[in-house]
Amino acid sequence: MAAVIETRGLVKRFGSVTALDGLDLSVEEGEVHGFLGPNGAGKSTTIRILLGLLRSDSGTARVLGKDPWADSTEIHRHLAYVPGDVTLWPNLTGGEVIDLLGRLRGGLDPTRRADLIERFELDPTKKGRSYSKGNRQKVALVAALSGDVPLLILDEPTAGLDPLMERVFQDELRARRAQGLTVLLSSHILSEVERAAERVSIVRAGRIVDSGTLADLRHLTRTQVAATVAEPLAPQRLRELPGVHDVAVDGDRVTFSVDTGHIGAAIAVLDRAGLTTLTSTPPSLEDLFLAHYDEAAAGR
Amino acid sequence: MSAYTGTGQLLRLAWRRDRLLIPVTVATLTALSVGSAQATMALYPTDQAAVEGLGGILSNPAVSAMYGPVVVNRGGLSVFKTVMLGAVFLGILTHALVRRHTRVEEEEGRFELIGAGVVGRRAPLTAAVVLALLTSIVTAALSVAGLAALGLAPAGSVAFGVTWLIAGVVMTGVAALAAQLTTSARAASGLGLGTLGAIFLVRAVGDTQANAGVLSWISPLGWVGQVRPYGANRLWVLALALALLAGCLGVAFALLQRRDLGSGLLPARPGRATAAASLRSPLALAWRVDRATILGWSVTYAVLAVVVGNLVKSIADMADQPQVAEMLRKLGGTAGLLTDIYFATELRFCAAGGAAAGIVLAVRLATEERVGRTEPLLAAAVSRPRLYVARLLLALALPTLLMTVVGLVAGLVAAAADVAGPSPLELTLAAWATLPAVWLLIGVGFAAYGLGQRWTAPVGWAALTVALVLGEFGPLLELPGWLVGLSPLDHLSQLPGGSFAAGPAIAMTVLAAVLAAGGAAAFRSRDIG
Repeated sequence: MAAVIETRGLVKRFGSVTALDGLDLSVEEGEVHGFLGPNGAGKSTTIRILLGLLRSDSGTARVLGKDPWADSTEIHRHLAYVPGDVTLWPNLTGGEVIDLLGRLRGGLDPTRRADLIERFELDPTKKGRSYSKGNRQKVALVAALSGDVPLLILDEPTAGLDPLMERVFQDELRARRAQGLTVLLSSHILSEVERAAERVSIVRAGRIVDSGTLADLRHLTRTQVAATVAEPLAPQRLRELPGVHDVAVDGDRVTFSVDTGHIGAAIAVLDRAGLTTLTSTPPSLEDLFLAHYDEAAAGR
Repeated sequence: MSAYTGTGQLLRLAWRRDRLLIPVTVATLTALSVGSAQATMALYPTDQAAVEGLGGILSNPAVSAMYGPVVVNRGGLSVFKTVMLGAVFLGILTHALVRRHTRVEEEEGRFELIGAGVVGRRAPLTAAVVLALLTSIVTAALSVAGLAALGLAPAGSVAFGVTWLIAGVVMTGVAALAAQLTTSARAASGLGLGTLGAIFLVRAVGDTQANAGVLSWISPLGWVGQVRPYGANRLWVLALALALLAGCLGVAFALLQRRDLGSGLLPARPGRATAAASLRSPLALAWRVDRATILGWSVTYAVLAVVVGNLVKSIADMADQPQVAEMLRKLGGTAGLLTDIYFATELRFCAAGGAAAGIVLAVRLATEERVGRTEPLLAAAVSRPRLYVARLLLALALPTLLMTVVGLVAGLVAAAADVAGPSPLELTLAAWATLPAVWLLIGVGFAAYGLGQRWTAPVGWAALTVALVLGEFGPLLELPGWLVGLSPLDHLSQLPGGSFAAGPAIAMTVLAAVLAAGGAAAFRSRDIG
């Protein structure tokens, strides 16, 4: 599949601060790509380079096959953007802003606009200055989602939304993905990315430290297993298996963690000991994420 | 916790934020009053010399309209230009300080952060008012000390300080009230500065029309003239200003007690659910966002034009007094007719105001970028040149419109008065002749924006201030010609009456175009934000 967004070795410095330090990001057509990292890791800087708002000091970036700095206007006809911190014109209504941004991009679908306003429970007649943070975010989301563009760039789009509205957003994202839309979803809310994204890139201190499908990333980490067995089980029988760690046996209760690729053999041992209950918890994105950061902190 | 808890902390915060703005403006104002007094005194070493040299302007309504009543002795004449203009400048400064630390803070959400701390309800407004009053007092005191050190009478020098203090005190109160009445920083600014313009006009009429003297006592800027430093030295007039301040603050604090954070007196009304069909370009957006401002300036200039046109009657009455015409010629005019000189002078000030209007729009553009409203536009299919040119066109068109209004309306009003003078067409052309200088100043503002949004306001306003000070006080301070020549206002043709010098006009227009284009090029290649 073709890469919709591709960066190689992006570097961006602000004075003495290096915001991006050789960032390689690849987003393929038709995927929702989670862009994860803590505050200040360089997510927004990357996005603003992809939008042609900032100029990188070195490295290359391609968006829809074009250079975002030189061809920004042409690229922007085919994408919609929701900034993390939405500010509206104080004396324009939300409805006016939605129409304006849609038209400046090349038009929006009025049916979809009306539908989104209803589902997001947005009052489009209020003036920009009287919206709350969440409602400003909704204005930007409706403006972005009302268009008919193949690429969405969302910078922490749900930061101000309540859980109900976040669900509306997730539903909409799923529906749009089914239509073949490509989405770059920057966030530090792991559950949000976990629900929506197929592939994830984790950014730390201006570099991508890990990138791949959730399955790929999980493959490299451990699943937590807790089981009860009918017959006494010698811990040694589990410990001698490859990829099994932290084995603890307490009467009929057995807990351990296992590298995801080796789970079959461990379950077979449990089965021979008369497995009665089993819970296995795959690593959450949070575990992946924290693992990267703990590692980085330890290595420092 | 009292309602004033935290005022001291907030005052220190305000000072920390303005520690450059306040000292620079205060020093400039002091240098202006002391410097021009020193220059006048050097020129006219005795009372008699001063009266012979400058006294003819005593009864000239054009001078009174601009500067207020003149005290005819060496002291009075040495400060006649700085009393009113300095008062207006200080009024603008205190207004800006109060607004900046009240409504702007509230609008940008920083009050919420502060209000959640151990800060009384009245503390932010109190801190802003104290900051503005201290600034006024220090400015006035420095001028008093400077003038007295020149050897001018101490009582008169104190009276001079009182004139400025009146303006600072009054505009502090006006700004405090405007910040509570309105819901946005922009509306607060419109109300506050609109009030300043209105009281200036009322004063101008009161100071020039024989039967309208009461207007000078109605307008707080009229009080400034009524102090008469080095003449009657009426220090008690300050009490009027303090009473007005007390009244404004009383109402402001009462409003503050009643309203919610972020709101004003008038509730926000719902607007349209969809945009007008025309709202589809950066230019349409600029118009939609700035139309209230543009309308406000236009109405102000129309009123101004009526007053300017009306005053020509009084000017014509003076044409018979040869010593007056002689005097004005010495002050810088070379054209023959008194009415021509009068109009030329008024048009220069109108042009400076027009440049201010354009710079306001340039600063708006910078503010849009600073708060993050430029980003979504550029992330849509809007190119940077398109955005820049749209705002530039509007900023150049506004003063063009304003000067047209002034020339045409003042010309028509003057024509209706049936006095010898320029026709409406001549006056409109004369007004247009000032535009190259206006565009040049706006070009500086846009060039600064091209380099970075944060440069726009300081560079734009500094350019206008320098142009005004050099143009207005440069000859008086006997500054070298090349320095005064830096002011675009120095290169305006003496119109109506004189001949139009095409060279400087073309040069300034070309320079404006170069600056604007340079700004566009720089804007294209810089980071946004």
